[in-house]
Amino acid sequence: MNGYLGIDVGSVSTNVVVINDAHEVLTSLYLRTGGQPIRVVQEAIRQLKEQLSPDLEIAGVGTTGSGRELTGVMVGADVVKNEITAHAVAAQHFVPEVQTVLEIGGQDSKIVILRDGIVVDFAMNSVCAAGTGSFLDRQAARLGVAIEEFGRMALRSKNPVRIAGRCAVFAESDMIHKQQMGHTMEDIIRGLCQALVRNYLNNVGKGKEILAPVVFQGGVAANIGIVKAFEEALGTKVVVPRYYHVMGAIGAAMLAREKILAGAEETRFRGFGVSEVDYRTGSFECRGCPNCCEIIEFYMDGSLAARWGGRCEKWQRVQQEAAERA
Amino acid sequence: MKVTFPHMGNLHIPVATLLRDLSLEVVVPPPTNQRSLSLGVRHSPESACFPFKLNIGNFIEAHEKGADTILMAGGVGPCRLGYYAQVQKEILRDLGYDFEYIILEPPRGHIGELWEKIRRLNGGVTVKQVIGALRLAWEKVLALDAVEKALHHLRPRVVFPDQATAVYRRSLEALDKASGIARIRAIKVHTLDELESLPRRGGPKPLRVALVGEIYTVLEPFANLSIEERLGKMGVEVCRALFLGDWIRSNLLLDALRLKGGMDVKEAAKPYLNRFVGGEGQESVGYAVLSARRGYDGVLHIAPFTCMPEIVAESILPAVSRDYNIPSMTLMLDEHSAETGIITRLEAFVDLLARRRGQRKEMEQLERIPGD
Repeated sequence: MNGYLGIDVGSVSTNVVVINDAHEVLTSLYLRTGGQPIRVVQEAIRQLKEQLSPDLEIAGVGTTGSGRELTGVMVGADVVKNEITAHAVAAQHFVPEVQTVLEIGGQDSKIVILRDGIVVDFAMNSVCAAGTGSFLDRQAARLGVAIEEFGRMALRSKNPVRIAGRCAVFAESDMIHKQQMGHTMEDIIRGLCQALVRNYLNNVGKGKEILAPVVFQGGVAANIGIVKAFEEALGTKVVVPRYYHVMGAIGAAMLAREKILAGAEETRFRGFGVSEVDYRTGSFECRGCPNCCEIIEFYMDGSLAARWGGRCEKWQRVQQEAAERA
Repeated sequence: MKVTFPHMGNLHIPVATLLRDLSLEVVVPPPTNQRSLSLGVRHSPESACFPFKLNIGNFIEAHEKGADTILMAGGVGPCRLGYYAQVQKEILRDLGYDFEYIILEPPRGHIGELWEKIRRLNGGVTVKQVIGALRLAWEKVLALDAVEKALHHLRPRVVFPDQATAVYRRSLEALDKASGIARIRAIKVHTLDELESLPRRGGPKPLRVALVGEIYTVLEPFANLSIEERLGKMGVEVCRALFLGDWIRSNLLLDALRLKGGMDVKEAAKPYLNRFVGGEGQESVGYAVLSARRGYDGVLHIAPFTCMPEIVAESILPAVSRDYNIPSMTLMLDEHSAETGIITRLEAFVDLLARRRGQRKEMEQLERIPGD
């Protein structure tokens, strides 16, 4: 049986899925990236190997997320895709009529507008991370509330307070101020959810026509408080798909499948052995011009596998020539 | 007297030629780089726009190479650039740099004033010398534009886009050094031949994206993170709205004679923006409309963060997109632009255009079948 591996290496979490030809999710993993993408991806591949049935063949691999390039070289990806496209593809699979995708992850948030089955517009947050998962995590910790409890507490509020959501620092000062005024924790949390949604719609969703069906995905979609705040603000039901937290990875896997089937090519997947390979990164400053680019080198078992980070084509060219000689 | 001036893409090639031919000593600042940026950011007001900061960096680096006179553009607003020269003068003086300034205000019919300024630079200059210098510089502008247009056309069509870039860079060096009209034309022809002869790759026609926006950001690869090259390597043909030659023709020459240039662009912008809003605000809108009419796949709009004229254009472009059914995306750039963020957005935009084109093709085929 064929399986397609999708890996989404984000700032906060690394998500891995394997789907089959019917686009069913065979297995999914959700790990914390913790600033160590290589180790986490290796760990995920190790776990995958244990979970998957031995007669399953990985026929294609797709990577996405901010660590997509590095991971793509590491595992031998057939498709390296940006997260906007990956999320849109997955959302469309689970909700074919979808017209709006809201995605809030660890450090960024995006909106994708689809019409008649294709992406027609999108935006990503560019100002501040006040609406993203990292900020919610931090506020939950500061209030001494488990992040899993956060949403449910918001639902118990009767009188949400108004919190300034423009920027993470000001939102936090405003929350402290409201606590010191004696507002209840529930009211503050619900107020925060509303502020984040307002912030998202005014910044990321600015000028976009948000039509139903609306799909909400990314780690923050687990937060029922935010889901409700979106429904109130948009006046429509918001669909949270079953695999909301690994949609990017699913999209990457689907794109890999599409590419393999279209090209009838063999996958470039290096095999489960990648969890045992010794990966190393190094860097140096190029002195070729005053830009002083930081060139990053990626080694696999001691030999150079990739180089990036230059503003010009100099180091890619060195690599290309070396490859031609070899 | 050693004259310097700020960088803006390849502008230094014709400008240095012009000044040298007026018998002036010229110091071209080192190409805008990370260090110019750091220097500029450190010494500029935080809320000034990106070009301002890079200018300051250029001036300081030119001073290190011995420059003592700055030639800078003025302006009449509403774009802030019009008073940058004055503010930069104050800043550099406070920092202890001793520069002379020649600020070129747009001529607007006052050619005599311009002549006075040229005489201030070099008292012994003759009219004949000026005309000769202008002709040579103009020839370089035309050659640069032709080479760049060919590069944009071919980069997405060749097997190794980096080869095309390398040919282009070599040609820039040659054009910079060239000192006769015949030589300039020969370099141009040679470069175009070289580009044409690069191995091509097959496959579908490249996507065509119009690049519009504020002139400095559009023309300076350092400011736009080499957006043209990135798009070219993704297999996209960049159709740039602004070229030096066109800009000089419509904004300096015709303006100096009090004639109006670029009417078709302004005409196209009319239903959306019926007046000059500074900089290229109106042109950005107009060119987006023209691009849609010409059947381009999308419009990419770039500008420095806080650029007023382009903010006006940014808020109008969604209406153009809706009316003409052409996707558009705006990127505001400055020293805080994260390369990864820009790449992700560009890739997603190109995906969007590619999938749209695929769908349009399918629709056409579906429509054709019953007639067959």
